[in-house]
Amino acid sequence: MTFTWMASYWPLLLAGAAQTVLLLAISVVAGFAIAIGLAFAQVSGGPLVRYFARGYCTFFRGTPLLIQLWLLYYGVGSLLPMIPGIRQSLFWPMLREGFFFAAVSFTLNYAAYEAEVLRGALLAVPKGELEAGRAFGMSRFTLTRRIWLPRAIRIALPTIGGEIVMQLKATPLAFTVTVMDLYAVASKVRQDTLLVYEPLIVVTVFYLILTATIARVFRQLEAKVPVRR
Amino acid sequence: MAATQGILELLSPYPPGWGGTLLVGAVSTIAISAGAFLIGLLLGTGGALGKLSGNRPLRLVLDLYTTAIRAIPELILIVGLYYAGMDGLNRLLATFRLPVIEVNGFIVAVAVLGFVQGAYMTEVLRGAILAIPAGEIEAAKAFGMGPQLRFRRIILPALLPNALPGLANLWMSITKDSALVAVVGYQELALATRLAGASTKHYFIFFLAAALLYLAITLVSNVVFSLIERHVRRGQPKPV
Amino acid sequence: MKLLPMLLAGVTLAFSAITAQAEVRFGIMNESYPPFFAKDASGQWQGWEIDLMNAVCGEMKEQCSIVELSWDGLIPALQSKKFDVIWSSMSNTPERSKVIDFTDKYYNTPSTLIGPKDEKVGASAEDVKGKTIGIQVSTIQSDYFKKYFAGVADEKTYQTLDEAFQDLAAGRIDYVFGDSLALDAFLKSDSGKDCCAKAGDVADDKEILGAGVSGGLRKEDTELKVKLNAAIAAVRASGKYDEITKKYFDFDIYGAK
Repeated sequence: MTFTWMASYWPLLLAGAAQTVLLLAISVVAGFAIAIGLAFAQVSGGPLVRYFARGYCTFFRGTPLLIQLWLLYYGVGSLLPMIPGIRQSLFWPMLREGFFFAAVSFTLNYAAYEAEVLRGALLAVPKGELEAGRAFGMSRFTLTRRIWLPRAIRIALPTIGGEIVMQLKATPLAFTVTVMDLYAVASKVRQDTLLVYEPLIVVTVFYLILTATIARVFRQLEAKVPVRR
Repeated sequence: MAATQGILELLSPYPPGWGGTLLVGAVSTIAISAGAFLIGLLLGTGGALGKLSGNRPLRLVLDLYTTAIRAIPELILIVGLYYAGMDGLNRLLATFRLPVIEVNGFIVAVAVLGFVQGAYMTEVLRGAILAIPAGEIEAAKAFGMGPQLRFRRIILPALLPNALPGLANLWMSITKDSALVAVVGYQELALATRLAGASTKHYFIFFLAAALLYLAITLVSNVVFSLIERHVRRGQPKPV
Repeated sequence: MKLLPMLLAGVTLAFSAITAQAEVRFGIMNESYPPFFAKDASGQWQGWEIDLMNAVCGEMKEQCSIVELSWDGLIPALQSKKFDVIWSSMSNTPERSKVIDFTDKYYNTPSTLIGPKDEKVGASAEDVKGKTIGIQVSTIQSDYFKKYFAGVADEKTYQTLDEAFQDLAAGRIDYVFGDSLALDAFLKSDSGKDCCAKAGDVADDKEILGAGVSGGLRKEDTELKVKLNAAIAAVRASGKYDEITKKYFDFDIYGAK
């Protein structure tokens, strides 16, 4: 087992890790925002909104992430040149890169899974607390903002932590659309050095460290806001 | 009209339409998912019973197995095991002076996916077994039932209703993880779609078709699992 | 637990039932690489390299089968005995020769750059300055890039050449760098005709671009190497090589000796 190659590939590995973390952060934050909308649509929306949200979640949870990613990058990407003037627009530098499509695809996918979790959590908030809020004369918006959503998030916190770890494990797929994430760096090292296992082992260690960090952060978050039984 | 004509031609199940390749890929996906599910069940049952058996070193090994598999990205697991698995197995056989076996891609894909799923199944089945009221098992022991009889007549029927939602979820994730073996070049639905798209340059249509095929697999699986759940939960009081 | 040992025995039996027969297995990248090899809609492999493989097998009087794998998995899979010969347009380079062995070459063509149709394009370091070049992973072209273009241009790696073509047609990259014949096949296709044109061959570098495309073998399979080399020579001598080549190209692709 040779690890001497690490001396020269250090910076590339760190850059790859940065890309992975960036993809994770973008997809989790943006996905969470969309998920809140989807969850509320399913819980308290009208029939049209509810069906749209249901359909969205079914599609994104029922198809593999790889297909969604390729559908966006190759499918939509092959349709883009048909839009006149797109290469001269200011979006082009972003649309040229696989990173944009990976980020969008991961966000949409994460939103679907998170919406399910939030939906269950919203329904799990004790009805008494909501009634108390309404008795105080809170408007629906204030009630949601100060009681319903925060309580739901707290209930869902352990599951959200788990979902973020699962999202981290899904990020390597970005390498199939030219994103230089951590796994793509391992692929490059394997190509340059013709070593089969060593790059994978090193990259696995990176992922384990990231996973452990996320798990620890969430444990601390959960400890900060205790749940009274 | 010409556009829809073109699309139908592309998707036709008969060559030169690529629909046939896609359908074969879909069957391939279901086949490796089913195989992996069964192997995962075997490993999971063994793992769950092992973890609950009280044997310390066995429990440590199993804990390592489940923690490692659940923490490492599936892509790395699949790529690593696909090459390492056969290599390691052959070297193991060589040390025992057994003939080296060469197996085809299907079996390796099934074995790798099954090995990964076994870790998740272990947790699901362990939770389901723990949920069985201890009194039932004690009563069985009091009757003098041996471990195999106990497993067959008490534990297995009781754990099924508890485990079914978890198992259904795992089936869903296997059918989607099966797409990852496209990265090692094994031809299931995802790779078949990419080949079709590459040949015809109509990527969007084919990936959309593939997505709908996966969706169909998911929805049919949902129906099948709820039927199984209804059968397995017969006689139990329905939650109000 | 008598069940477990029985199951284990059954599984082992199933595995051994699939023990290799006396045949030569050829490993090919499971992607479209026209005109050398591509799958058609009915799932059949076709192409120049496939025809050559069949001719070589005929000469060796062996049963031949195809094993499909991803490109960057070919060498590891060869080493773990998943198949016996890499027959996937892989070039014989000093780097690769460190881990595997090669047969005699069966074709040798230059490496080319292609770019968009209506722009000024070329194949020297000057011309690619500041541009993005699409290259397939683990190829001699990516090694060439590292040596000659690394400082001046950006590289985008793709799992398959076909994805690079897609991105060139979509305008995401400025050049694609690959084998001249594979690039030619793209330029002749519908999407290639409209968008792109040949920019030129790159200056040769024997050490990096290799001594030609050959079959890849495990280092210990010396017997197989002898058989394959004899078969390749026989196919060339008997005129079958030229017959196959005429079907796809109007010139000899064997390359200078």
